[in-house]
Amino acid sequence: MARYYQQDIECASREQIKALQDERLVKQVKHVYDNVPYYRNLMDEKGVKPEDIKSTDDLHKLPFITKADLREAYPTGMLAVPMKDCVEIHSTSGTTGKRVVAFYTQKDLDIWHECCARAIMAVGGDENDVVQVAYGYGLFTGGAGLDGGAHKVGCLTLPMSSGNTDRQIQFMKDLEATILCCTPSYAAYLGESLHEMGLTPDDIKLKAGIFGAEPWTEEMRRSIEKSLGIKAYDIYGLTETSGPGVAYECTAQAGMHINEDHFIAEIIDPDTGEVLPEGSKGELVFTSITKEAFPLLRYRTRDICVLSREKCPCGRTHVKMTKPMGRSDDMMIIRGVNVFPSQIETVLLEQGYTPNYRIEVDRVNNNDTLDVFVELSNEMFSDTVKEIAIKEKELASAIKTMLGISPKVHLVPAKSITRSEGKAVRVIDKRKLHD
Amino acid sequence: MSIRQVSIFIENQPGKLAEVTDFIAKQQISLRALSIADTQEFGIVRIICEDIDKAVAALKAAEYVHTVTEVFAVELADEAGSLAKVLATLATVGIQVEYTYAFLSTKKEGSAYMIFRVDRNDDAIQALNGAGIHTVTQQEIF
Repeated sequence: MARYYQQDIECASREQIKALQDERLVKQVKHVYDNVPYYRNLMDEKGVKPEDIKSTDDLHKLPFITKADLREAYPTGMLAVPMKDCVEIHSTSGTTGKRVVAFYTQKDLDIWHECCARAIMAVGGDENDVVQVAYGYGLFTGGAGLDGGAHKVGCLTLPMSSGNTDRQIQFMKDLEATILCCTPSYAAYLGESLHEMGLTPDDIKLKAGIFGAEPWTEEMRRSIEKSLGIKAYDIYGLTETSGPGVAYECTAQAGMHINEDHFIAEIIDPDTGEVLPEGSKGELVFTSITKEAFPLLRYRTRDICVLSREKCPCGRTHVKMTKPMGRSDDMMIIRGVNVFPSQIETVLLEQGYTPNYRIEVDRVNNNDTLDVFVELSNEMFSDTVKEIAIKEKELASAIKTMLGISPKVHLVPAKSITRSEGKAVRVIDKRKLHD
Repeated sequence: MSIRQVSIFIENQPGKLAEVTDFIAKQQISLRALSIADTQEFGIVRIICEDIDKAVAALKAAEYVHTVTEVFAVELADEAGSLAKVLATLATVGIQVEYTYAFLSTKKEGSAYMIFRVDRNDDAIQALNGAGIHTVTQQEIF
C-alpha cells in the first residue's frame, strides 16, 4: 500500500508539475534579483533580466551558483529577506574557515519539514510510527530535518542525536522505535552493536531506516537491512538547498524522487556547463523555486548522477535521481563530513610540514577511515620514536580541529610519497563507493 | 665530552636499512656503532661514524631526513656493576635516559662502550665526571 503525505502533488501529472514550476520559477527569479545583490550582479554580467525567464525552458539562461560563491557571500550575502524574518539557521560541516550558513523563514522550515514528511511516509511511515532520529542535532541539517518531518507526520519522535550507542539501542528496544534516521555508517554500527549486546532484530520493532548524508553502496544497504532486520532507504539533500529531503527513496528502492514542486533539477556537463539531455550522466544542478530566505538559482552540487522519469510503481510522478556516482570536484565525504584535500594541506603548512602528503580513505567494517601520510623534513625530525609519535598525535589533532573528524597521521621519510609528473598523488579512495 | 650522533629516518621496509648503509659506505665513511629504533611503520637509524660533517653533507644532498644529536659515551670495564654505577649516578641527579646502546672497541681489547641519549646531556656528563666516570671523546673511539 503506497502512502503519501501530499498525494495530489506527489502524484501530479507531468503537465501540472511543469505548470507549477514555470509559475514558481518566474517568481523566485524576481525575488532573487530584487533582493540578492550578489546574484543580481551575476545576472547583469550575463545580461539576463528577470523578464527573460518566462518558464522552466529559460532556466539555462541563468548563471550558476557554486560553493565558492556561497563562501564569498558569507555570511549573509545570499540572504533574500531581512534577517529578522528568519527563524533558524543551519551550516555546512566542512570547516574551511568559512562555512556556508543557510537561513530559513518559518515558511521555509515548514516546506523543508514537509519534504522530510514525504520521505517518512514514502517508506511506509504514518502517525503510529516511532521515529528515532540519530542524526546529529544542531547546526547539521540531518537531525532538524527528519525531526521536523516526523512531527509533521505525527510520529512519536525520539530526538536522540548521534552517539551514545548503548542508549540508542536501549531506547530503540524499550520505546519500540519503528523507523531509524541516521547516516548509513552509523546504522551499520548500530546493527553491529545490537548483535554485540546479544540482541537480534527480533528483539526490536524497527521496520525501516532513512539513511543519508554520505555515500553508501547497495552492498552496505543489504548488510544494514540484514543486521537490523529492516528495509533501508536513501535520502538526499544539501545544507545549501535546505537539508535532507530534497530527494528521497520510496519502497521501490530504485532511485530518489526529487521534490519537484520545490526544486528544479538539471544535469549539466561539469566541464562546459551545457545542459545534457534527460538520462545523461552529469553534474546535478538545483534551482529552488519556493524559498524565501535562502533561494539558490542553478546551484552546482558537484554530485554526478542520472535523472530518470520512468514510471515508478509507488505512483509518485516526481523525477528520480540515482545515488550520486561521484563528484566533479575533489571533495570527499568521510563519515558524513565534506572534506577537501586543500583543507588538510592548509593544516600541514600551518604546522610546519611539507605539502607532500597522501590521503587514503577506506571503509573498514562499514566505517570510513582517514589516513594522512606526510613527508617529514629535517627541521621537524627528532631522533626519538616518542617525539615522532607526539608529532603525529599533534598533527592528527590539528586536522581534527579543521575537519571535525579524526585522521590517523603517518609521518614518512622524504620522497617516499609517490609523485606523478613531479606532484605527489594526493588522494586514494579505496572505498569503491561507485561503479 | 659529548659525542655527535647522526640519526636517519627510514621506512620500516625490507631493503631500506641496506640502502642507507650502502649509501654511507659509498661515501667512504666508516661506522663505529649503529642502533635502530623502530615502529611498525618507520625506523630511526642512529650511527656513530667518522667525519660527521661529510656524512651530514652527503645525507642532505641525497635528501635523507636526518638530524645530529649530542650524546655521550662511557667506557665500561668488563666487571659486575660498571653499568649499574653509571645509571645510579644519572638517577641521582634526575637524568632521564632516552635510550642507550653498546659497541666494542676496536682499539682497546676487552673494552666496551655505551652510548647514552639523555634529556640533559651536559648535566649528565658533569655528574659522571664528578663521580669519576670518564666520558670518552670522538677521537678516542676512532
